[in-house]
Amino acid sequence: MIPGVDGFMYPNEVELQWSVLIVLYPYITGLVAGAFILASLERVFKVDAVRPTYRLALLTALAFLLVAPLPLQLHLGHPERSLEMYLTPHTSSAMAMFGFVYLWYLTVVLLLEIWLEYRAEIVGLAQTTTGITRFIYRALTLGSYDVSPEARRIDDKVGYAVTVIGIPSAFLLHGYVGFIFGSVKANPWWSTPLMPIVFLFSAMVSGIAAVMVLYVVSSKLRKVAIDMRCLDTIARYLFYTFVIDFTLEMLDLVHRTYEADESFRSLDFMVHTRLWFSQVILQIILGTLIPLALLAANQLWRFTEGRRKAMYMTAGGLTLIGIFAMRWNVVIGGQLFSKSFLGYTTYKMEMVTREGLLPAIALMVLPFVIFLVLIKLLPPWQEGKARQA
Amino acid sequence: MDISRRDLFKVGGKLLMLASVGATLEQITGAEPASDAYNMADHWWGMIIDIDACIGCGNCVRACSSENGVPKGYFRTWVERYQIEEGKQPRVESPDGAMEGFTPSTREDVKSFFVPKLCNHCADSPCVQVCPVGATFVSPDGVVLVDETYCLGCRYCVQACPYGCRYLHPQKQTVDKCTLCYHRITRGLTTACCENCPTGARLLVDFKNPKDPVHEILRSNKVEVLKPYMATQAKVYYKNLDGAVR
Repeated sequence: MIPGVDGFMYPNEVELQWSVLIVLYPYITGLVAGAFILASLERVFKVDAVRPTYRLALLTALAFLLVAPLPLQLHLGHPERSLEMYLTPHTSSAMAMFGFVYLWYLTVVLLLEIWLEYRAEIVGLAQTTTGITRFIYRALTLGSYDVSPEARRIDDKVGYAVTVIGIPSAFLLHGYVGFIFGSVKANPWWSTPLMPIVFLFSAMVSGIAAVMVLYVVSSKLRKVAIDMRCLDTIARYLFYTFVIDFTLEMLDLVHRTYEADESFRSLDFMVHTRLWFSQVILQIILGTLIPLALLAANQLWRFTEGRRKAMYMTAGGLTLIGIFAMRWNVVIGGQLFSKSFLGYTTYKMEMVTREGLLPAIALMVLPFVIFLVLIKLLPPWQEGKARQA
Repeated sequence: MDISRRDLFKVGGKLLMLASVGATLEQITGAEPASDAYNMADHWWGMIIDIDACIGCGNCVRACSSENGVPKGYFRTWVERYQIEEGKQPRVESPDGAMEGFTPSTREDVKSFFVPKLCNHCADSPCVQVCPVGATFVSPDGVVLVDETYCLGCRYCVQACPYGCRYLHPQKQTVDKCTLCYHRITRGLTTACCENCPTGARLLVDFKNPKDPVHEILRSNKVEVLKPYMATQAKVYYKNLDGAVR
């Protein structure tokens, strides 16, 4: 008997190959895509109520996007060779192509949009600050100091175009992460054409929830009033996307259960044993049904402001835990059963090794550190400011 | 350390060659150069495994391990024992990959047989498809190989292999797998596992050689590949394979 193994695993399967770091990768990328889509609600779909979170959402997306490749990098056996994915990509590999999707999204969409949005302020700061700060802002202007109304009008037009391109790009970014898993035909837990679309909607859910929580927390810390119209609107959109996400996940579950192919008995057993806590308790009950109920209640009844804030914060926090559990169940769950469907292994998370819990925690803290630097450098606060035409 | 100018030119020249033409198969597999008579385009390698002939002795596992320096606890080849009781889930075991064989079973009421496993050297290999840098590839003579000087160690190929044939080499931190003893077969030898099988249950075959016995075996026997529904064009064929085998 091998410790941690029930039944039969192919001998090389006993050891899990993708660790908690690979759980972080779709989680972080999902937050990026979701936050960006929330930002585009204001910019493209003219949902004016969420204006106070527009810049916050963009900076959240950037902070997480900068960290997104790090868990992968840390996971590689030879991180020093990772650049080969760009230099000599294997075009049939979903993973290789993701590198280009990532670069496209980072440079063409997110950095450009943030720069255009902040350009006038950067120019102003480059002219009013001194010392190292002045140097940083002058570098950020990229030599462009024209902030005449005509130049600003062009910025706005180009910014709008970038956001329009950005929406399918954000869909592509996270849909593609889903494809990396969904296209592995050897693994029935992953292999479903629904995977990209499930990943996409769960990304939107997590990104919207993250920006909502960050908006409330940052307002509290800055001791400014929370714009309840904004918060109610974000919560409403969170509810809509969550309903679609939950429907898709249930569709997948119903389909698997009804079809009950060769893998079903094995996967069903896994959900009822090794994944019971993370899938049923954390993902479905705590991370989906409770937040959905809280958000739905707000669509049906009118609560006081204080109660609404508490309900939204609870729903947002639980949603973030639930989506993390979902990523865990996909990545780790997909490796717990044997491809022979005759046995199960166990994931033993290490603590302070390269792929252990400690680096994972550090990687989850890092985006918040970057976020703090970003809001210091490019203040996102928009109280009372309407978008300039 | 003193390095003569001559040494410097030698090393520099080698590096220049590697950089310009890429690593050769010999460098990848650590093999001696193939004999001059060997032409990759003339071969298409595979294997025939006769389930009824395998006695589960584990000779093949030990031979492979010693020939290829396979790290302990990992397997380029292994043997499984299936014990199937009517109406029940098969009981399968492979203690330490059958490195020391199996303890004899005294059960008369079950169908029992051994299944040697190795990389199926698929022609449409999912592992090759997913490798982000093309470090794993099908050689012109039909062997799936890993260039360990190029592999990132991302392990996407390990996930993509339906047969559990790949692992991350704990020291090299690159993916490792059966090479079909490429260093041997390109010099006219058979694989270490075939060479050491006492019953001839494993047979290295060359589908491009019209005189190879494989053609007669395929013509006159019921053969099957593992998981045919995966459509990987596996080139390891099993004679007398039970439908329960996964």
